[in-house]
Amino acid sequence: MGFDAASPRWRGTVKNRVRRGLRGNNQLPPSHDVSVGEHTNMKKALVSIAFGLTASLLATGASAQATLNSVKQKGFLTCGSNTGLAGFGQPDAQGNWTGLDVDLCRAIAAAIFDDPNKVRFIPLAAKDRFTALQSGEVDVLSRNSTATMSRDTQLGLDFPAINYFDGQGFMVRKKLGVASAKELNGASICTQQGTTTELNLADYFRANNMKYEVVAFATSDETFKAYDAGRCDAFTTDASGLYAERLRASAPDDHIVLPEIISKEPLGPAVRHGDNQWGDIVRWTHMAMLNAEELGVTKANVDQMKTSENPEIKRLLGTEGKFGEATGLTNDWAVRIIKHVGNYGEVFEKNVGEGSRLKIKRGQNAQWTKGGLQYGIPVR
Amino acid sequence: MQTVVSQTSPPQKSFLYDPKVRGIFYQVVLVAAIVFLFYVAATNAIENLQRAKIASGFGFLNNTAGFDISQTLIQFSAAGGTYGDAFIVGLLNTLLVSVIGIFFTTILGFTIGIARLSKNWMVAKVAMVYVEVLRNIPLLVQLLFWYIAVLGTLPQPRNSLEMGAGFYLNSRGLFMAKPLYASDAWVLLAALVVGLVGTFVYRHWARKQQEQTGRQYPVGKVTLALVIGLPILTWIVLALVGANPISFELPRKGTFNLTGGMQILPEFVALLLGLVTYTAAFIAEVVRAGILAVSKGQSEAAGSLGLTPGQTLRLVVIPQAMRVIVPPLTSQYLNLTKNSSLAVAIGYPDLVQVFMGTVLNQTGQAIEVVVITMGVYLTISLLTSFIMNVYNRRVAIVER
Repeated sequence: MGFDAASPRWRGTVKNRVRRGLRGNNQLPPSHDVSVGEHTNMKKALVSIAFGLTASLLATGASAQATLNSVKQKGFLTCGSNTGLAGFGQPDAQGNWTGLDVDLCRAIAAAIFDDPNKVRFIPLAAKDRFTALQSGEVDVLSRNSTATMSRDTQLGLDFPAINYFDGQGFMVRKKLGVASAKELNGASICTQQGTTTELNLADYFRANNMKYEVVAFATSDETFKAYDAGRCDAFTTDASGLYAERLRASAPDDHIVLPEIISKEPLGPAVRHGDNQWGDIVRWTHMAMLNAEELGVTKANVDQMKTSENPEIKRLLGTEGKFGEATGLTNDWAVRIIKHVGNYGEVFEKNVGEGSRLKIKRGQNAQWTKGGLQYGIPVR
Repeated sequence: MQTVVSQTSPPQKSFLYDPKVRGIFYQVVLVAAIVFLFYVAATNAIENLQRAKIASGFGFLNNTAGFDISQTLIQFSAAGGTYGDAFIVGLLNTLLVSVIGIFFTTILGFTIGIARLSKNWMVAKVAMVYVEVLRNIPLLVQLLFWYIAVLGTLPQPRNSLEMGAGFYLNSRGLFMAKPLYASDAWVLLAALVVGLVGTFVYRHWARKQQEQTGRQYPVGKVTLALVIGLPILTWIVLALVGANPISFELPRKGTFNLTGGMQILPEFVALLLGLVTYTAAFIAEVVRAGILAVSKGQSEAAGSLGLTPGQTLRLVVIPQAMRVIVPPLTSQYLNLTKNSSLAVAIGYPDLVQVFMGTVLNQTGQAIEVVVITMGVYLTISLLTSFIMNVYNRRVAIVER
């Protein structure tokens, strides 16, 4: 910053030089003098570019924390989303982003701004997603990303919640006559690079002592197109993704999903490590949706529920206690989420469940009270 | 001009107004500013990485990779391969497609460049259309076209096209017999070496003879006989004695695909086709410019000496045109090498696809991976330039 003090003096000398150059121009033809003036002007420009870059680098360093403040200042949330996965994150025919992961971002925006549309979605390929989050291009990554230990501890990320419990599976053409993943010895398999899928695939074939040929593509779109064109015998990704991608096949009924689930894929939103307040907001947005479902609070009845005498509902909806303010939001944060987006069950059914083309069963994603893994941490 | 001005202008009041001193001053400040900028950028990056708990350093190269790659020139498996090995696999794949690509694009480019100057109207126009179409469509589009064309037109593995001699073609690539070398295969290698040395000696002798006596010897035929004929003859002799130096492993039908033999991936074919045809269009123009730069009198003189048009081109025009051709040709070679990174779009496991794609994402160490990758391309390019510059010095006109 010492350079700030120095810069006016710099500008002074340059001005002198230019003025001298101009005066010289009026008198004699001192071409040499003028050329020096131009020279220094160029250098001045270079130097100012250098200072500008330095300043911006320093600035990035300072604003790595307090994501909530920067989101409030911008007036919208930037959300890293899938480039297009039906049911999870994909623009519809009108260009509106829809899906389970998209609705989580809308819920965060609703909690902050009371407006689920104050989100800017940035579609990211698997291999670019973590870099985009690390570098601050997106505030939150909600893009069916698997939480793993190395991502949590080495990539500078945190996974505050799991909004979909999934596992990896395979899809093949019916006419191959394959009924189990164990019969895939010698098959070519299309997969998306930079994913846990790529690693699980290697593990599975190694563990079962089978051979395979991997063909890895940068985006899910390229991967599925190559499979559909016949480059590979099998296509592998998370089971939810298999059902979603099958809808895009040239003849969806020609493909079957094999019964084996070869891995655990806890999918959830990711945030940068080190901004705990922001991580809390993302976690509690998901928890609010889970608790709302468990307590029977829905998009339709949330306003009536405000008068409920149930203390758990009162705490969730902010009519008792100051839980919202403690996270840097307002006390009616959960009301905003439920009113604009809905509870977890509603969002699930609308995007991937019975109300959608995917028709995925709740299974592991049912409430814990119904034998599933989704367990809302109590608000108290 | 400079000296004139400084002589005529009156002596300056102070050295502060001395243009030379000022120039040096500004340059020193600029250099200092740039050094400062890099220093701040580096320390800032390190500090941010540490604060965000992002791993840094190059230790990750020794960690187990845990993923597989479709085409590996060295032994690589998910079980034992490290990220460092994955880097080498990617690098070798890049070098493979670049070297083979440069070889074929040179041949194709020279052919089309010469064809464009042909007196045959049809040949010249076909070459012109080739150049204008190929160089005006973005390479990425062409690569996708080739990949989709390659994939779309080829049959599924169960209906593989049988092309005879152990060659099969299907949507998984081109399959061919794989040679298996027995312990006595060294005899064949020795025959090849003898053939090569013999050729070298013979060519040297033939040139001397021609310089002294003017007699020409059948260099081409003898070369062919020594380099190809001798090893084949040895092989036949060995086979007659009962030895079997080379056997072939033929591709067989497996559950999903052909197994055994050698396989050339469709991704490799598409990338090679795209790079070769695209770069050849530019090389053709470079060659045409080079040939047109040789004055017409040269070929007229060659003609009046009784050289055939073919000889004129080979012995008089091309050697002189090379002086003009080589420097821009180097740029085209560099372009081909760098453009090979577009492999990422069609799933060919080159350096960018494997290292900047999978490895970067699995380790999250973007800065290190990107720096290494940039360093590699810089090194390959500088090496290519160096080799071409050495060659250029050899073909350049020697002033006497």
